[in-house]
Amino acid sequence: MSELSVHSLSVAYGRRSVLENITLEVGEGEIVGLIGANGSGKTTLLKAIAGLLPVTSGNILFQGRAAAMMEVRERAKYLSYLPQSGTVFWDITVEMVVSLGRLPHHKWRQMPTSADQDAIHAAMLAADVLAFAERPISQLSGGERSRVLLARALASNPAILLADEPTSSLDPGHAIDVMKKLQGLAHSGMSLIVVMHDLTLAARHCDRLVLLHEKKIAADGPPADVLTAENLAAGFGVRAFRQMTEEGAIIVPVDRV
Amino acid sequence: MFLLSLLGVIVLLAFMASLLVGRSVTALPDLLNLLLESEQGTELLIFQEVRLPRAILGLLIGATLGLSGAAMQGFLRNPLAEPGIIGVSASASFGAVVAFYFGFASLFAFALPLGGMIGAALGVVIVQLLAGRGGSPLSFILAGVAVTSFAAALTSLALNMAQNPFAAMEIMFWMMGSLADRSFDHVWLSAPFMLAGWAILLTTSRALDALTLGEEAAATLGFNLQSVQNRLIIGTALAVGAAASVAGAIGFIGLVVPHILRRFVGNRPGALLPASALGGAALMLIADVAVRLLSPDRELKLGVLTALVGAPFFLYLILRERKRIS
Repeated sequence: MSELSVHSLSVAYGRRSVLENITLEVGEGEIVGLIGANGSGKTTLLKAIAGLLPVTSGNILFQGRAAAMMEVRERAKYLSYLPQSGTVFWDITVEMVVSLGRLPHHKWRQMPTSADQDAIHAAMLAADVLAFAERPISQLSGGERSRVLLARALASNPAILLADEPTSSLDPGHAIDVMKKLQGLAHSGMSLIVVMHDLTLAARHCDRLVLLHEKKIAADGPPADVLTAENLAAGFGVRAFRQMTEEGAIIVPVDRV
Repeated sequence: MFLLSLLGVIVLLAFMASLLVGRSVTALPDLLNLLLESEQGTELLIFQEVRLPRAILGLLIGATLGLSGAAMQGFLRNPLAEPGIIGVSASASFGAVVAFYFGFASLFAFALPLGGMIGAALGVVIVQLLAGRGGSPLSFILAGVAVTSFAAALTSLALNMAQNPFAAMEIMFWMMGSLADRSFDHVWLSAPFMLAGWAILLTTSRALDALTLGEEAAATLGFNLQSVQNRLIIGTALAVGAAASVAGAIGFIGLVVPHILRRFVGNRPGALLPASALGGAALMLIADVAVRLLSPDRELKLGVLTALVGAPFFLYLILRERKRIS
């Protein structure tokens, strides 16, 4: 059984339809890259799966259970959503930020347990932020900050992680670090959907790519099968330099078609 | 925990000071004697009927303003938010002014606070209707601004149309905010609403922590933000509506206290709630002692003092914050 199944999902903002008839399966330990032009509905799809948007029709199932029937708190234990904008409104410490990820596991007014402490520590270790656990969030660089937010998303021990452009504000080195971490999480059994714009990075680190175009899934499969010249032209309107190497596909957009 | 204990001790001392200071200052041993003797002297009467209710109201109202200010700032993630932002203070004032204007206040003493509470309730119902469901903080701020402006305009209209200058004067004085001449009736009338409001506001603590990461992250952490917003509006309306109904408008405590204490709780909005409640109670009691010491004869209005001291102090806090950032 798939960890996450989306069946004929449609989403609309008011009367404007944004996603139509999306069907998608993500298996246990699988990392799926979600690609597509701006406005193709990538973020909308993540938000709909995370329960942030009402769906017009269709179903979302977690391990075969209908998401619509789950309590928000139960869903929160199961799924973690890493938004694109990594705003932290108050200047709290890194450890505090990460500990917020444990909130779904707490009953009202309950004090943190040793299980919470272990999970927080493990999440900070996984995202490599232990070195500055005591620092206020405002004193971190952009790259450190996005790792802290990743640690927050991991602290709840989710089965599914939905990450919206986790590498967009990072330099190439840190972007590779983060993608390797996400890949490592997939190896340990987590299922991930990651929205990405860097197609080379996506091809190299994702098991599968899903291309959204005109409200629908235009292609779904192994990176090399999805990143064809035709799909790039249709999905992004670009002509790209493409080379298949042993280390994965290298895709460099060259010009508009 | 150390901070809460420290604030608790300060509140206790300020409460004692409020009992001892009045038109005349009572020494602590005298007060104890007074309480131990069972004679029904004038001094005991003053203590029981004047100073005790005043101190209790100071404690309750200060805590209300501090707590609701901290909750509002946490929910809106804005250090400039204050409890009156949802329009409840202005509509409570208007309700009290209506009670004055149509002469109910001279018919029975309770008309003023009752008018205030009815005004606060109406104001908050309108805000809730305007802000609607799926509530975004922005729509509720706008609704609060609209209700505040409209209530202020109606209050001005009442002043404008007042039959005689004395009525207008009395309304003006009431609106300045004070704890003078309040009795235990005022305590019994307002305390249940304030305590209920506190209980509701304190349930939002963890949701406010989660909102540090933004609305979407908070929602995916398992919080129903519509319910959080409803609790915040109802809790604030009950507590601040009752506070404004018995004491008039007392500004800046709800704004300044969370601002001062925030850094001592590591900027965590949930932890700020109890700290800010204690801090608000302490500041309110101290300010109320100050007005009695500063001008014993013609008493300075409490709301005037808090604004006089609060506004420059708030400006200083903002300037310091700016320096820290740059």
